[in-house]
Amino acid sequence: MLSPVLCSELSALEPEYTEADVISAVEFSQSGEFLATGDKGGRVVIFQREPQGEYNVYSTFQSHEPEFDYLKSLEIEEKINKIRWLPQLNSAHFLLTTNDKTIKLWKVSERDKRPEGYNLKDEEGRMKDISKITSLQVPVLRPMDLLVEASLRRVFANAHAYHINSISINSDCETYLSADDLRINLWNLDITDRSFNIVDLKPENMEELSEVITVAEFHPHHCHLMAFSSSTGTTRLCDMRSRALCDQHAKLFEEAVDPANRSFFSEIISSVSDVKFSHSGRYLLTRDYLSAKVWDLNMENKPIETYQVHDYLRSKLCTLYESDCIFDKFECAWNGTDSVIMTGAYNNFFRMFDRASRRDVTLEASREVCKRRAVLRPRRVCVGRKKRESDVSVDSLDFRKKILHTAWHPTDNIIAIAASNNLYIFQDRHSHHGHHAGHRLEQDRPPQLQDVPPQ
Amino acid sequence: FPEMAGAEGEDSLYPIAVLIDELRNEDVQLRLNSIKKLSTIALALGVERTRTELIPFLTDTIYDEDEVLLALAEQLGNFTMLVGGPEYVHCLLPPLESLATVEETVVRDKAVESLRKISQEHSPVDLEVHFEPLVKRLASGDWFTSRTSACGLFSVCYPRVSNTVKAEIRQHFRTLCSDETPMVRRAAASKLGEFAKVLELDYVKSDIIPLFTALASDEQDSVRLLAVEACVSIATLLPQEDLETLVMSTLRQAAEDKSWRVRYMVADKFSELQKAVGPEITKNDLVPAFQNLLKDCEAEVRAAAANKVKEFCENLPEDSRETLIMSHVLPCVKELVSDTNQHVKSALASVIMGLSTILGKDNTVEHLLPLFLVQLKDECPEVRLNIISNLDCVNEVIGIRQLSQSLLPAIVELAEDAKWRVRLAIIEYMPLLAGQLGVEFFDEKLNSLCMAWLVDHVYAIREAATCNLMKLVEKFGAEWAQNTIVPKVLGMSNDPNYLHRMTTLFCIKALSEACGQEITTKHMLPVVLKMSNDQVANVRFNVAKCLQKIGPVIDSNALQAEVKPVLEKLATDQDMDVKYFAQEAISVLALA
Repeated sequence: MLSPVLCSELSALEPEYTEADVISAVEFSQSGEFLATGDKGGRVVIFQREPQGEYNVYSTFQSHEPEFDYLKSLEIEEKINKIRWLPQLNSAHFLLTTNDKTIKLWKVSERDKRPEGYNLKDEEGRMKDISKITSLQVPVLRPMDLLVEASLRRVFANAHAYHINSISINSDCETYLSADDLRINLWNLDITDRSFNIVDLKPENMEELSEVITVAEFHPHHCHLMAFSSSTGTTRLCDMRSRALCDQHAKLFEEAVDPANRSFFSEIISSVSDVKFSHSGRYLLTRDYLSAKVWDLNMENKPIETYQVHDYLRSKLCTLYESDCIFDKFECAWNGTDSVIMTGAYNNFFRMFDRASRRDVTLEASREVCKRRAVLRPRRVCVGRKKRESDVSVDSLDFRKKILHTAWHPTDNIIAIAASNNLYIFQDRHSHHGHHAGHRLEQDRPPQLQDVPPQ
Repeated sequence: FPEMAGAEGEDSLYPIAVLIDELRNEDVQLRLNSIKKLSTIALALGVERTRTELIPFLTDTIYDEDEVLLALAEQLGNFTMLVGGPEYVHCLLPPLESLATVEETVVRDKAVESLRKISQEHSPVDLEVHFEPLVKRLASGDWFTSRTSACGLFSVCYPRVSNTVKAEIRQHFRTLCSDETPMVRRAAASKLGEFAKVLELDYVKSDIIPLFTALASDEQDSVRLLAVEACVSIATLLPQEDLETLVMSTLRQAAEDKSWRVRYMVADKFSELQKAVGPEITKNDLVPAFQNLLKDCEAEVRAAAANKVKEFCENLPEDSRETLIMSHVLPCVKELVSDTNQHVKSALASVIMGLSTILGKDNTVEHLLPLFLVQLKDECPEVRLNIISNLDCVNEVIGIRQLSQSLLPAIVELAEDAKWRVRLAIIEYMPLLAGQLGVEFFDEKLNSLCMAWLVDHVYAIREAATCNLMKLVEKFGAEWAQNTIVPKVLGMSNDPNYLHRMTTLFCIKALSEACGQEITTKHMLPVVLKMSNDQVANVRFNVAKCLQKIGPVIDSNALQAEVKPVLEKLATDQDMDVKYFAQEAISVLALA
């Protein structure tokens, strides 16, 4: 696994940050050369990996603005809910961003030439004496400093009555899906004025509503497969070949709940907050409130692996319910070789699980611990009395500091962790020497910190 | 602007200078205008400077907005003479090459279109020296955008190059058919048929068929479905005896593909496929395949197949047509009449009437008529509407009277449908129905409906109803109009609702020409003139507009004696709009 070393820490300059600075989406591009974050203020920041491995800001743009729906008297937040990169088409880069209602396609491109030479004025815009113009001049392009431009290419709007929670690009590179609480729509990337509804869970009578869609994703290789999860803890796999409308699933992944463990919170905590297909396409990773589960697509009745993320919270569910924390939506991620999974927790902790060795680690992403050139020190949460000085007791966990959004580089051992307004990028300290697949978990190495780049 | 002092003889320079400067204006619209006048700029610069200065500049201008790039790509296709004729046409390749790699599909497609066009202007030597290398560069480009563009260029250069180069081109095409990105495979699949057409028959068999088979079993649905289209062109090229071995197994497989989108494509292209494979294979293979598509589990597929029922039956070999329809197609059609999906039913309803001409009178009465009657009672208005809109086919075979008993309730129900679009659609068929059912039936059953629409609460319906009356009068004549509809229309002028009073005016406007001078002057004009005293200004200005329209139909004495004073009075109305329209009418009718 990783001995994560901080390689970039990027945050708002002022220690005091506003709600708008809170990061709400993190996503690596297909090659991993770029990383995009979206925040509650509707901004998107794109980082580019330097040859030395650090990620630096490449482009920043305002993707969404706050809006008001006058027909429904609803405010539409500018918060970026999801970002998805398109496979690279040409020298430019494309990404989809979405807030609750509107999906946008952005192009990020470079320009290194600009035209020079006017007939009627000079470069400063002063008019020339027209009487002296005796011949025509064609402008010429001259090199200039590299300019990165983000331009809005398409707006996919007015297709969702509820809040969009997911977007996912199909492996055919022609279509993508967008999911809200009750419906999933299929779009062509070139066509903005219509989309096709492929799943509709809306009952005739809204009082009969029993579940909502929480997340949806396309299979990485099979263009006809799509998975979506719901608030009842189930994940459905749909085959788009068999029907135009995928109301009937091909497979339903659901684990029977032990009746002995049933409580008022059972359903809430079983709601699936994220689904990710493994890179191989064979497995599904789901995250619910307390655990992460790996499912084999060939086995529907139970997961092949279950990882407890923070089981110690079981006794705290009442408090978490009162503070609404129980509805937090934690994301999860696979590493490039599908051997390790990662997901966030509270107190700025995030967790990694090595599937082969079954070892796990808790790490903290916060300014206090992330020092230069140091391997992150594993943290432990203890229930009851502390066994070690560095242990953290359950009662002292800060539930306001949560890591909801994490992303893993598609091939290398580089991870991006969003902790409120801060983005931490760690990389395996070994990966300077090349790509190390499936590293063992190295829990007891002494910390070493890399330089934090100047901001 | 300061005056162009001493610019005599050079006065043509200034506008061109402006155009050139606007090529890089910040306003997209100005850049676009400039690009659209690129030929003017080129003409002013002369061929030499166009080649050495303008074209290099345009080659690098690929950062612009799509609409500008699209216009540029189009312009360059017509630029040959402006760079010095066919001898220099290859100068246009660099800018078009860069346009062929942009991400926007419409721009790329336009660049490819222009490249195809100018390829014809290359001499055979230039084609090999300049054009073909460009195709190769695109075909082996790093980005998929350039590789997709290459797919559309093979077929234009293949016929005009040497055998060695031909072999290279075939190799490039093969490579693109197995490209790693689905976008390129889609582009290749969509050009497969076109490429096959320019290949020698032996190469069609040795090269194209394996590619076709591979694309038709691609892992991506979106690629497989494009292979169906290619199947049509390929089958047309092959001799009948080779079809079975080279094409049919792939086609059969496509018709039973796991993905409904592929089956949909087969259904959608069925008539073309049928023509391409010929009558024997149609009888043996396509009839069962068509039956399966009509019974497909996916409604989209059934609807696409239902749409093809008439065309498919029409194109069946004549000797066995009736037997095949009666024994194989009709049973499926009968089931579709009560399909669970309304799109399927309405697709069928739009073509089913066409079967009557193919099957003849007796079969129609015995087998089709019951189906028409069921569809006329369908719960979905679209289905009923589609039946009614195709009545003319049946009329020719059995006469519409057979249907009239069921027709009437269906029409009445549609006429009163809650959805105004449905009402609008049925109104549009009224003149047709009236013609087929005859004046008596119309007066008895349908006239009242037509009048009821005039007071519909939706303006679009009232407007269509007005237009409908005009068409009816054209059909049944002025006398009929005077006896049946004119009194009712004029009666509405006393309606308490001003919207209905305006409808009177709209009707008069529409009917005056068809009714002729006498009816217009004697019966309609007095009502219009009386309405000039209406208390609602909207009615008054519509009186002015109405008078302007019917003026030419009225006899000139009445125009001077009656219309003129009324318009003059309206021209002094206190309402601005009334004044305006009255004045306009006075000047148009030359009454001033």
